[in-house]
This record gives sequence, structure tokens and C-alpha cells, in this order.
Amino acid sequence: MSLRTFAAVAGLAFACTAYPQSEPIRIGAFLSVTGPAAFLGDPEQKTLELYVEKINAAGGLLGRKLQLHAYDSAGDAEKARGYVKRLIEQDKVDVLVGGSTTGETMAAVPLAEAAGVPFISLAGAVVIIEPVKKWVFKTPHTDRMACEKVFVDMRARGFKRAALISGSGGFDKSMRAECLKVAPKHGVEIVADETYGAGDNDMTAQLAKIKATPGVQAVLNAGFGQGPAIVTKNYRQLGIAAPLYQSHGVASKQFVKLAGDAAEGVRLPAAALLIADTLPAYDPQKKVVSAYKKDYEGRFNQEVSTFGGHAYDGLMLAVGAMKRAGSADKAKVRDALEQTRGYVGTGGVVNMSASDHMGLDLSAFRMLEVRKGDWTLVK
Amino acid sequence: MLAQYLLSGLTVGAIYALVALGFALIYNASHVINFAQGEFVMIGGMAAAAFIESGLPLPLAIVFSIGLATLVGLALEKLAVEPARGASVVTLIIITIGASIFLRGLASLVWDKKIHPLPAFSGEAPISLGGATLLPQTLWVLGATLATVGLLWWFFNRTLTGKAILAVSHNRLAAQLMGISVRRVLLVSFGLSAALGALAGILIAPISFTSWDVGVMLGLKGFAAAILGGMGSGPGAIAGGLALGLIESLGAGYLSSAYKDVFAFVIILAALVFLPNGLAGRRAAERV
Repeated sequence: MSLRTFAAVAGLAFACTAYPQSEPIRIGAFLSVTGPAAFLGDPEQKTLELYVEKINAAGGLLGRKLQLHAYDSAGDAEKARGYVKRLIEQDKVDVLVGGSTTGETMAAVPLAEAAGVPFISLAGAVVIIEPVKKWVFKTPHTDRMACEKVFVDMRARGFKRAALISGSGGFDKSMRAECLKVAPKHGVEIVADETYGAGDNDMTAQLAKIKATPGVQAVLNAGFGQGPAIVTKNYRQLGIAAPLYQSHGVASKQFVKLAGDAAEGVRLPAAALLIADTLPAYDPQKKVVSAYKKDYEGRFNQEVSTFGGHAYDGLMLAVGAMKRAGSADKAKVRDALEQTRGYVGTGGVVNMSASDHMGLDLSAFRMLEVRKGDWTLVK
Repeated sequence: MLAQYLLSGLTVGAIYALVALGFALIYNASHVINFAQGEFVMIGGMAAAAFIESGLPLPLAIVFSIGLATLVGLALEKLAVEPARGASVVTLIIITIGASIFLRGLASLVWDKKIHPLPAFSGEAPISLGGATLLPQTLWVLGATLATVGLLWWFFNRTLTGKAILAVSHNRLAAQLMGISVRRVLLVSFGLSAALGALAGILIAPISFTSWDVGVMLGLKGFAAAILGGMGSGPGAIAGGLALGLIESLGAGYLSSAYKDVFAFVIILAALVFLPNGLAGRRAAERV
């Protein structure tokens, strides 16, 4: 064996042993950090950066460092597609965590499926996991669950006839469709179905129509942004007596601040993260939500949102799966993700299966009521 | 129900009217459609919210934010429109579109991308009126719009500057020959329409909140109202704004709320096709 071949072989052998240690595990993220969905992507990106840093400081994962490749897809499905292509082909990421909106997620799904990369989406709609796609998972609750949670609560209060008022954005429309679909299953009849536009200043016309509809026992507003706050104010202005429900889309202190006194008595389904401080100690999620809230607020001096929580869950699900698989091998990680059982996250307790790539049930949502400007858990 | 629809239509319509008046002012002085008009509305609301959050009392916050918007309007004219004088009207319009994107971006950086509330001027206890309810803020909106219209009338008919602006709008060259500084007239009308926009933004903020991108839709609706009323006509802008508000509200109430915005834009198309000079526009004496 010549000296040169020896050196080459030795070099190769060295490279083989050194390779797994030095090569980082690559996490690919594409998030709407700017643009109309910045309120989703901004806390998501911060959360991923914070926890990748934390995990690395604690020695990394499987003896390897984590490396975050994050791109700003700005709420644009076309951009998301481009970045996901780059993440898969150029950055060669081991797992994808991202897709702040349903549009961005759905643009990435065919790419992740074709390349065989485990993909944990942070977007809400049911279409992401239904029908089940081999490589695609998601962490946030679906709008269908929100509808069901509200309808269950309505029935518990003895209401059978409800009115629906929704915005015209993607989230609003999707939730409206899901609510209309599951209402009969819960024995709730939708007797009025009104909508409003994205930049509308006044919804009294629609609400007056609902008020004049006979037999309305409760009203559900599907939407996010300033719309639901205006609806809530107009609702009180018209003095409608039926209880008002909002969706998880406005589950933030911002809503209470905007709607002010009008928000009193409004009920909405939300993740446990919102009431981290008042959650009873025996609650299974108490520990994880309090820790996340403390980490996030301590670092960024900004109130936690459920959206950042979704990114936390996405990253931790991936990390957990890699630990159980004992490697970052894509197929093994995918299988391990699907076998996730009893993971307690900020969004709820996750039990995945071959037919359920979200793994949350209705208990993940808490029914909250606004009382004296703060959230109270409805028993 | 009808009373409720009418009231909510009038409230929103009054805001559209104020925005439309801003469009008319600048159009008269320069034949430019200022697409940054909506941004003045946004600056008014956002600045007022920021001033109040920093602890200023409401009246001061209102005065300061109208002042700030006026300064922005003057700066826009001085820094963007004036250097391009002599350029075609289309070029100037494109400049205003650019300015609106710039102002929107700037606002999202200087302030933030959150939605901000503004306290109502005098409480939020609803007032009952003939089977309908209205918020005290609605009275403020209607009252302030009325007062502004009165002030504008006085300004244009009783002051020299106002008359100079009118003269320029009628015949630029003749006005120039009479010794009126067209440049100053332009400056004044940008400042004035920025102040009008800001006032609209502040008045509506307690009802519908404000955020960095609120100007897009309000600007568009104000533009629609101006077209409906006849571009450049003051009374037309007011009539157009109120009509648009009423159409939207009645349409949402009696037909379907899903088509609320559609009504507005169908009306504009119809106005452009069948009534190209608007409700109150002068007949353009164009001969081929």
C-alpha cells in the first residue's frame, strides 16, 4: 500500500467516524416573519431560535448540534415553495418545522412528500392532515375542534339555535365551513349566517339582522384581527342578550384590550398557555406552559402567544422523535413522530397515530370567559 | 332595523366623506389623485394612539397627531411631488403610490404592527334613538364632519388663500398670471388634505381601531366616494361618501353581507360608465 493510498484510506476512515459528530442536525424553517401574518411568524421564529440555542447549550441532540435554517416566507405561498425547495435541496435539512399559514403549508406539502422529509406544520386548517399525508404532521388545534368545543359548551348551557358571523379571510372562511359542517353533529342549528369584509368598520348592520332573527340563543364569531373586537363592541351597542362566543383566533390579551368592557362575558376556546399562571397545579400542562412562558417572556420581554407555542411543540416533537429513533434518519424520524404518545406540549397532550397526524383531542382546548378584563376558566 | 342601518351607514359614510374631501382638495390643486390619502388617515389614528399610550391627554393627542400628519403631508409635497413638477400627472400619481407604500412601511417600523384602540371621546354608553342604538362617538363623527365642511366652506369662500386655491383649480395658468404662487397652493392643499385625513383617522379609531395598514381600505373607499361624487367637487365628495356608506350598510342589511364591498365597487364602475362626471361633477367641455 503506497503512502498516498494509506493516507487516503486513513483520511476516509477518519472522516467516517468524525462525520456524525461534527455534522449538525439541520432544522429547516419557513415562517411569515414579516407581512400580514407576522403576528404568527414572529413569535414562532423567536421560539425556534431560543430553543435551538438552549438545546445546543445543554450539549445538543444525539451528540450533535442543532442548526436552524430559517427563511421568511412573508405569508406568501409562492415564496414558501421556493424556500422549502432550497431547504430540502441546498440546505439538506433533516426535518421541516414551519408554514405559519395554511397556504404556505399546503405549498410545501408536495415538496416534502416527494423528497421524503418529515414536515411539522404550524398552521391551523384541517386540510393539512386530512387526508393523512405520509410525511406531514401539525401542532396547532384545528378550526373544527374550536367549533366543536364551542358547540359542546352551547349544548351544556342548553342552547340549540345559534347564529354565525364570520370574516372573509382564509381562517374565517375555513372555520365557518367547519362549523356549518359539525353543527348538526352536536345538535346545534345555525339559524343565521352573516359575514363581514376584511377592513370593515362597522358590523351593526349584520348584527341587527341577527338580533331580528327569531330564536337565536347564542352567537359565534369566527375571525381574527380587529374584526371580532368590532363585532364585540357592536354587539354590546345593540344590546343583544344572547351570549357571544369568539374563536381561538382572538385568544390573546390584545382582544380584551381592544374590545374593552364589551368583552366582558365573551367565551372562547383557547390553549392552556393563555392561562399558564392561573392553571391549577394538577393540570398536566401546567409545568410545560409555565416554563415556556417564563423562558419566552424572560428573553424577549413580550407576552407569549399560542403561535409561538405551536413552534415550541413542533421543535420538541421533532427532537423527541429523533431521540426515540436514535438518529436523524428521515424515515426513522417520521415513524417515530407517528408513534408519539403522551407528549405534553403547550397545545395539549399529543397522541399521534397512523390516522391522526395532529394527535390532539377536545381536551386540548379550554373554554375561557372574559371576566373583569382577564381570562377565567369555565368549569 | 332600517333606522339602525341608516345610522351605521351615515357614520361610516361621514368618514368616507372626509377622506374623499382630501382627495378632492389635492385633485383640484394639481389634478393628481393622491393615493397616499389613506396613509394620512392611518397616521392620524396611529399617532393619536401612540400619544395616548405615552400618557398625553386625549385633546392634546388629537392636536399633535393632526399636526404630525400635516407635517407629513407638507413633507410629501416638498420632497416627493415638488421635485417632480413638470412631470406628467400619471408620474405624479405613481409617486403618491410609492409614497403610500413607504409611509405604511415606516409606520410599521416606527410604531408596530399591532392593532390599537383609541378611547371614545365621551364614553361608550349606547344611546337609543327610535328603535336603533348609536354610540356617542357616532355623534362626534357626524358633528366633526359637519363642522369641518363648514370650516372648509368658509376657508374657500372667505379667505384669500382659499380663493387662491379655487382659482388655481379653475385655471392654473390664469391664476399664475394673476400672481398666485401655484407652488404654495399645492403645498397648502397637501397640508390641508393630510389634516383632513388625520381627522378622519382619529374620529373613526374609537369605533373601528387603527393599525399600520388601516389606510389601504379607507383610502380605497374614500377614492370610491370621490369618484361617485365627481372628482374634485367638494359637495360631491360629501354626497359620495354618505351615499357609499348608506349603500354598504343597507346592502349588508337587506341583501347579503357577503357582498358588502362588492356594492361599493359596482357603484364606482356604474358611475364611471354612466355618470363619468359623478353626482355633482361639472360637464367637461371636451370637444374632438
